[in-house]
Parts: sequence; C-alpha cells; structure tokens
Amino acid sequence: MPVADFEVVMGLEVHAQLLTRTKIFCGCSTAFGGEPNAHTCPVCLGLPGVLPALNQRVVEFAVRAGLALGCEVKRKSVWARKNYFYPDLPKGYQISQYELPICEGGGVPITVDGKERVVQLVRIHMEEDAGKNVHGVAADGSSGVDLNRAGVPLCEIVSAPDLFSIDEATEYLKSLRAILMYLGVNDGNLEEGSFRCDANVSVRRRGAAALGQRCEIKNLNSFRFLRQAVEYEVRRQVEVLEGGGRVVQETRLFDPARGETRAMRSKEDAHDYRYFPEPDLPPLVLDDAFVEEVRRTLPELPRARAARYQRDLGLSAYDAQLLTAERAVAEFFDAALAAYGAGAEGAKKLANWVNGDVARLANESGLAPAAWKLTPEKLAALVKLVDAGTVGGPGAKQALEAVFREGGDPAEVVKARGLAQVSDEGAVEAAADAVLARSAAEVERYRGGNTKLMGFFVGQVMKEMKGKGNPAVVNAVLKRKLGP
Amino acid sequence: MSGAGELLDLSLTGLSAALAAGRVSAREATEAALARIEATDGRVGAFLAVTAERARERAAAADARAARGARLGPLDGVPLAVKDLFLTRGVATTAASRILAGFVPPYDAAVVERLEAAGAVLLGKLNLDEFAMGSSNENSAVKPCHNPWDLARTPGGSSGGSAAALAARQAFGTLGTDTGGSIREPAAFCGVVGLKPTYGRVSRYGVVAFASSLDQPGPLGRTVGDAAALLQVIAGRDARDLTSSTRPVDDYGAALEEGARGLTVGVPRAWLAEGVEAGVARRVKEALALYERLGAKLVDVELPHTKYGIAAYYLIAPAEASSNLARYDGVRFGLREGGAGGLKGMYGATRAAGFGAEPKRRIMLGTYALSAGYYDAYYLRAQKVRTLLRRDFERAFERCDVIAGPVTPAVAFRLGEKVADPLAMYLEDVFTVTCNLAALPGLSVPCGLHPEQQLPVGLQLIGRPFDEATLLRAARALEREQGPLPRPAGLEA
Ligand SMILES: [Zn+2]
Repeated sequence: MPVADFEVVMGLEVHAQLLTRTKIFCGCSTAFGGEPNAHTCPVCLGLPGVLPALNQRVVEFAVRAGLALGCEVKRKSVWARKNYFYPDLPKGYQISQYELPICEGGGVPITVDGKERVVQLVRIHMEEDAGKNVHGVAADGSSGVDLNRAGVPLCEIVSAPDLFSIDEATEYLKSLRAILMYLGVNDGNLEEGSFRCDANVSVRRRGAAALGQRCEIKNLNSFRFLRQAVEYEVRRQVEVLEGGGRVVQETRLFDPARGETRAMRSKEDAHDYRYFPEPDLPPLVLDDAFVEEVRRTLPELPRARAARYQRDLGLSAYDAQLLTAERAVAEFFDAALAAYGAGAEGAKKLANWVNGDVARLANESGLAPAAWKLTPEKLAALVKLVDAGTVGGPGAKQALEAVFREGGDPAEVVKARGLAQVSDEGAVEAAADAVLARSAAEVERYRGGNTKLMGFFVGQVMKEMKGKGNPAVVNAVLKRKLGP
Repeated sequence: MSGAGELLDLSLTGLSAALAAGRVSAREATEAALARIEATDGRVGAFLAVTAERARERAAAADARAARGARLGPLDGVPLAVKDLFLTRGVATTAASRILAGFVPPYDAAVVERLEAAGAVLLGKLNLDEFAMGSSNENSAVKPCHNPWDLARTPGGSSGGSAAALAARQAFGTLGTDTGGSIREPAAFCGVVGLKPTYGRVSRYGVVAFASSLDQPGPLGRTVGDAAALLQVIAGRDARDLTSSTRPVDDYGAALEEGARGLTVGVPRAWLAEGVEAGVARRVKEALALYERLGAKLVDVELPHTKYGIAAYYLIAPAEASSNLARYDGVRFGLREGGAGGLKGMYGATRAAGFGAEPKRRIMLGTYALSAGYYDAYYLRAQKVRTLLRRDFERAFERCDVIAGPVTPAVAFRLGEKVADPLAMYLEDVFTVTCNLAALPGLSVPCGLHPEQQLPVGLQLIGRPFDEATLLRAARALEREQGPLPRPAGLEA
C-alpha cells in the first residue's frame, strides 16, 4: 500500500449549537424534537416583512468560546447573507458572518502519544441553523419541511489545516467538545446534531511543503464515522495521485452504510453564495467591559482541572484526564470528594469508583450525571461503608449498581439486600468447619506442606457464605483451624 | 357637517378637529370615504382591497371612545389606507404580485399596529408597483393606477395608490414606502405631501422588503400638517427592527408654524440645469424665490456625486432585492406552480409565473452584481458611492438647514409612455435616490401647477439626519403662502 508514502493534512469545521433557550433571531424555543414546525414563528418561517432581532446570549456564548480558546475577540464584526435555494432554508439565505467574524485565531490543545500541542484555529463565527426536509411521511409521496431547527444558533469553529493524523483529528474534536461543554455553551451531542463536523482532507507526499488539493467531507456525526471517512478518503486520494490523476476540489458526503465518501455536487453545480453584508442587522460592536465580564466568568477548563488533580490530589495523569473529560463528571467527583473528606487517599479511591463502575453504568444506561440516582454524597457514603468493613468489594459493587439504577441510601441498600460483610467469628467458623469436613484430602495435603491450598479453602468458605464473609476474618479462622 | 363632499375635502387634521369637537363621527367619515372609493375607484384604481367591515367596526369603536370622552389622539376615528406592501393580519397582502397569491399574513406590520393603536380606521390596501419596483405603478400585476389629475397619466410609483387615493379624496391619510423615491415621486405627481423619513426613523417590521438598506415607510397627506400627524404616530424605535433608531422622536407639530425666516436653504444649481423640464424648473425656482421673500437665505451647494446616484442605486437595490425575493419559492406560502416537476421544477415554474418583468429584471441584475468576481466591481463600488454621497450632504449641511430642488425632471407622464424603456423609467429617480443612499429625510410638497400642463409640480426638501421637523416646518411655510391646490380635475370631468 503506497499510503505510507503520504501524509494527510486536515482542517476541521465544527458546527456547535449554542445552548440558548431561544433561537438566534426570534423568541422560539430551541428544544430538540417536538411536532414538526411547532417551534416556529413568522421570523424563523421567513415570512414576508420579518426582520431578525439578535439574541444577546448567542453573542455572549460565542465570546465565551472565543476567550476560552484564546481567540482574538473582535470588537466589531459584521453579519452577512449566504444566499442559496433550498426548501429547509426559509429566507433563501442564511444569516452568518463572512468577512469579519466575531473571533479570529486561537487554538485547541491536544495530547497525542503523550505529546501536547495546540492546533491552530482560523476563526469562529455565528450563524443560524437551517431546518430539515422530511421525506416519506405524506401519503401522496410529497416531502415536507420541518423548520423547528431553523434559526437555532450555531457557532462555526474553523481550524487551520493543522491536523496530520486521524488520531490528531479525533483528539482535537474531543478536546474542543470538552471545552465547549465545560463552558456551558454546547451539549456535545453528536447524535442530535448539536456538535457536527465537516472535514477538509488533503494528502501530500511525505516531506512535501505545499498542501494538496482538498475535499470537504460532510455528514460526520460520530467519531467512528470521522475515522472511517478520513481513512477512505485518504486511500481514495492516494489512489488518484498514484494513478497519475489530480484530486478535484469538491464536497463529498460520507455514506455510513457503505463506509465511503462520494461527490455531492458536481462542479457545474458549484454554489456561488453571493455573500454580502446583512442590511437588516447593524455591525455587531462589543465594548471592552462586556468582553471582560465574560472573561471574568469563564470556568476552569479541563486541562487546568486535570493538572490540578495531579498536583493537589496526587492522581495519575490517566485518572485526571478521564475525570475531567466531562465537566459534569468532574463536578460529581469534586462533590463526592468533599462529602468523603478531602485527601489523596480518598481521591484515589473515589477516582477508581468514578472511572470504573460508575463510568461503566453511565455508559450502559446512557444517562448524564444530572440524571443519575447515584449522588456524590451516596458514593462517598458507600466508600465509607467499605472502609469500615461493613461491606466488601463484591457487595459494594452490587450496592453501587442498585443505588445507580434505583436510588436509595447505600447503608440501607446494603442491609436490605443482605450485602453486609459477615465478620462474626462464629458464623465464619461454622462455614469453615463445613468446608474442612468435606475436604479431607485437601486438608491432608495442606498439612503436608502445600500451603498454596489456603486460597482454595478461602474460596470455598466465601462460596459457603455467599461471598459475604469478611476476607480478613475468614483467613484468620482458617489459619487457626488448619494450624501449623 | 353639511355634506359628504365637504367632509371629504377636510384635511386629516381638519377631520381630527371635527371629530374632537363632535361635529362629525368616525362612522360618517368612514362611510363617506367608503362611498367615495365605491364611486371613483373603478376609474382611479388606487385600492387593491377595501376592508369595509373592519373599517366600520373600528369606526364604531372610535365613536364609542369619543362618546366616553376617551379619544386616543389625533388619529382616533380617522379613515386611512396603507400601501399593500404593509402586512395586515387576516387581510391578504399582495405587494401587487402574483407570487403572493393567497397569502394572508398572521401578523400586522409595526406601523399598522401603531396606527390602529392610535385609533385609526383602515379602509384598505393601496395599489403599487410590484414589490415597490417602479416609478409609475404600471408594474402592478393587478391593475395600473391612474392619476386623478388626468386619468390617462401615471400617479407615479411605486406608492401610486397611496398618492392617488389622497388626491381622489378617498382617504384622509396614507402610508407608503420609499426606496428610491417611491413616496416623493407619486406625491409630486398627485399634488400631495409625501415624506420619506430618515432611514431608521420608522420600523420596517412587517413591510415586504425590497431593498433593506434603503426601504423606509413614510406618510402621505393632503397637507404638511397631515404628514406630520402621521409621522408622529409611526416614528420611533421598534425592538423588532434593529435598524430602527433609539433616538427620541421630535414633536413634529411644535415648530410647524414657525415659518421660513432664519432658515438657510441650500440649492444644488446643477439640479435645475439640464434635464429638468422648463415648466417644472420654473415652479421650483419660484418656490425658492418665495422662500427668500419669506425671510430664508438661499445658498448654492455642490452635490458633485449626485450623477453616480442612479448607477449606485440600481446596483445596491437590485442586489438586496435578489436576496430578499429568494423566499418566494412556492414552498411555504403564496403561489406554487409545477409541484410535480421536482424541486427545481417547482422553483422555476413558481418564480417564472409569479414574478412580473420588473422584479425578474432586478433579480437578474442583483444576482449578477453579487456574483463571485463581480462583487468588488459592482456592489462594493456602489457602496463607496454611498459614502461619497453622504459626505457631499454633510458638507452641504455645514452651510444650510435644508436642501431644495425638484422631485422629478417632469410632471406626471402618460401611462404606457415609458413602459418599453426601463432606463428612461429609472431616470425618473435621479433626484430622489440620493436621499435613500445617504439615509436622509426627504419631502415632496406641491409648489403649484405646471404652467402649461396644469399638473402638479413637487418641490423636494432634503434635511439633516432625523431633522424631519425642519423639513416639515419649511414645507409648511411654502404651503401656507401658496394655499391649497385646486381639486384634481380628472375625476370631476
Ligand atoms: Zn421563531
């Protein structure tokens, strides 16, 4: 495969929905779903005579993102019309920003193979989303248009062609997504389309300085699709070049069913968007006081938080990164640690739980931390039960799962489900006696010097006690009974 | 009140005083206007829709308020009409285009809301050039409108119905919109007063957009005072139009009668030189001389970039129009044709059947001007002309309070005369587009009848930004001195 002789160069364009309650130019709800066209009004339907009234929260959120990403926030930016015909675009143009966007420059930090670097950004601009065409619902075969999304605020974050592998591209998206979620400006939801990505992909021979011709790939709504699409596209472009051909600049659509990209628009059909300044909106002018106020209220970002966890709590880089990838998870961890009583020992235990069983349960259930029945206080209480020997490891896992799924107080769950550890010597002795009585041969060999069999006896006793025996007590009782 | 004819001759302010004094009821005024429309509009063609029922209900409500001593203000109970470019909830709004067939707006334009909140009685929707594109009202897809002074002539455009209805005594005040002269030119042709306010003085919310950076709604009245009374109600910030100004609205009545003494009137001499028909030039010069007699000072001013105005206007306005008219695609409202022909078939068939020749011409001009590779040479250059024009006016207003000149090069032309020559039609706007490009207020006030043709001539007054008060004061000084025009002859013959 000649692919190894080539290097991929990528730039990503991320469309992130800004999490305002209402749309960018009208008062309609931005809630996902709903009956088609339930969240519409004359403005977002593009009826004659309507004018856009700017939602200031959108500007605030875009500035927040820009500041967090180290961009230059422009004190004056200009709205522009991007003109094209499509049924889901009610006005026949999209209000966006073109020549003078709200943010320029900046970067997104990534770590690949242990190496940290900052991927350069070109710009961030604000724009309105379009609606969607709905096919196959009407009895007569006609299509419909749902404009619930029309006018939902987006920011488009455009990177430089500064990504040189699929791993880098993936890390870039994860880092950017985490930052936006931390800022509270985006919910990071790829499936519902509130975090979408287009990729500009080109290849060049290793060592070449000039960029190759790029193709824009659309419809990458999962990390997996991004990987598949880019892998396919790199192979395709390399084959074209190796075959003596030239890569044609075009927009290609990723088809997840076939794992392929294919050309979306032919050249004759290429769009001329006829951008011009939006006459219905004055230039957007920001004063320093506003920008400084937004800067003052920026939260701690994932990398700063992970560094703090390593420095102050002695957590490993791996644990710290897992805990901080999502702001809500990190906040859950902080609250659990506060409830437990801060300290490096507690931090390590809680990190193991949060990154282990809690993360597994969250993945399985698909629930966000806000929807968990497990609260930070309950997790702290459960770990304290383990510390106190009230419940053992297997019992604690069961208790956690029960609390996560059904709620309840950990101590009560342990009790009600009979998960408590048995430390009572009498009970352990009874179980040990039963095991030893039926294992005469093994006892003989143990006493003959095969002390490795202790593990066998412990296992049998635990089994006899349905896993609830306190391991320390079980060991002590067995040692005494088997004797020297 | 002795008779309907006398009632209909009242100005808006005259009717308002009669309503306040209880000498006449809103019902009587409304019935008189409806009867007049019924009797004359077959010949004039000013109305595209008459909303008699709504008008009668609102008149009754106004009379009830008057009976309680709770009149809302000068417009309460006054029958008015608006250009059919303003959206009216529950009443079809056509922009005089086939493409809006069947479109009944779910909301009222901001200015319609304001008029009705002030108690005004809306009689109906007035004729215009399709999408306000034209200078003769002949581009109406519904029917042409006729000039009450001579039914064979144009009332001007695009707000032809708004001016003709006033001249025909069908309403006591009207609203129009002015993108390049669409209020002032018909006002001049029909012998009424028309005011294009400063860009941003009046909300554009709910006005079918033609060229967004130039469009401005404004009043037309039979007297200067009528225009002032209407502007008083419609002016002011509207949070739904971010281009509307937050600047407080002046009291337009306060200085109205202060006369011309102490005013400095700037005269761009080039505007009276070549290209202006002799009779029009004579009346304009007489008006200037009258100002001097009334104590105003005349100074010459230079507006050297005026000559680029038409070219810049006919790039910017079509460019914005090409974008504003993209929403008429058959998908959500209005006309839909060729639905079986797939998406592109539907777009093509709908727009081919729905738009008349002039919107099509402008959509093509504008699309071209905005296209990749042409944008800098056309649209951007035209924007630079705007800046130069604005500077011309700034310099001129260092030396004068108002600028005075002709509204149009000639009086109302005959219907059909310029239909085949779009460029000649565009040149009608030569003196008016500069106001829109520079975002300034402009007013047209009658300055007598053409010496031979016996048709009205308009004097154009242009003011500093947001200084409508001075324009109205200067116009009133001329009006008071000249007295009213005679009744238009066309309808009485
Ligand atoms: Zn809406």
